Amino acid sequence: MAEHYSSFEPKGTRWLIQRITAAFLVVVLAYHFMMLHFVNHAAEITFAGTQVRMSQVGYFATMVLFLITAAFHGVNGVYNALVNQGLDGTQKTVVKWLLVVAGALLIVQGIRVASAMTGLF
Amino acid sequence: MSQSYDRGLIEDFGRWQEFSAGMWAWIFHKFTGWVLIGYLFTHVAVLSTATVDGATYTSTLQGLESLLLVRFLEVGLLAVAAFHILNGIRLLFVDLGVGLGAQDKAFYAALVATAAVTVASIPTFLVGAF
Repeated sequence: MAEHYSSFEPKGTRWLIQRITAAFLVVVLAYHFMMLHFVNHAAEITFAGTQVRMSQVGYFATMVLFLITAAFHGVNGVYNALVNQGLDGTQKTVVKWLLVVAGALLIVQGIRVASAMTGLF
Repeated sequence: MSQSYDRGLIEDFGRWQEFSAGMWAWIFHKFTGWVLIGYLFTHVAVLSTATVDGATYTSTLQGLESLLLVRFLEVGLLAVAAFHILNGIRLLFVDLGVGLGAQDKAFYAALVATAAVTVASIPTFLVGAF
């Protein structure tokens, strides 16, 4: 039996960060679902309730960290999936930078949304 | 000590009948990953249009939640997220070299647990939808 099944280049920096973000996201994605669908039902969510949650520094910081790790994990995962499909050469470079820009925009806009949810901005 | 393992080309989906449990896990993980990153971009886009002011935010979310289709899509999203989480835990163990002999059983366990979580959540997701 082989000891290594991952499709990533082993021991690379992106490989390691993908796993570290995975370990964090396993917990926080489950928490996010639990919080906004089971503790608070999505149909009953109001801006006032969202504002109360997002005004807590710990919750706000957790959601921003959730956004950053999810954006990296997702965009890096898409890049690796495309490389596995045979993406190469100039196309690989172009796609890499498109994904970097898309991920950065997602994080910036997500932080703007999170800030708006505090009602302070 | 590491040894090579020729899994063949998973990207050649014409071979699907020959796929092993681990290969199906790989495909499901990619598929659920694509759905989740697609959803994340959509999620931030929708919330961006909703956070104009408090009233718009509340009416946008409650308007979406009044649609039965959205409720079913949420159940689907939970199924996708639950599988990606559970299989992700399995992958972390695989990467640590723990329980490799049971990686196929762990995949089946992830599928069963995903189904159980999804079915159990349906009443919560559909409450007040009819």
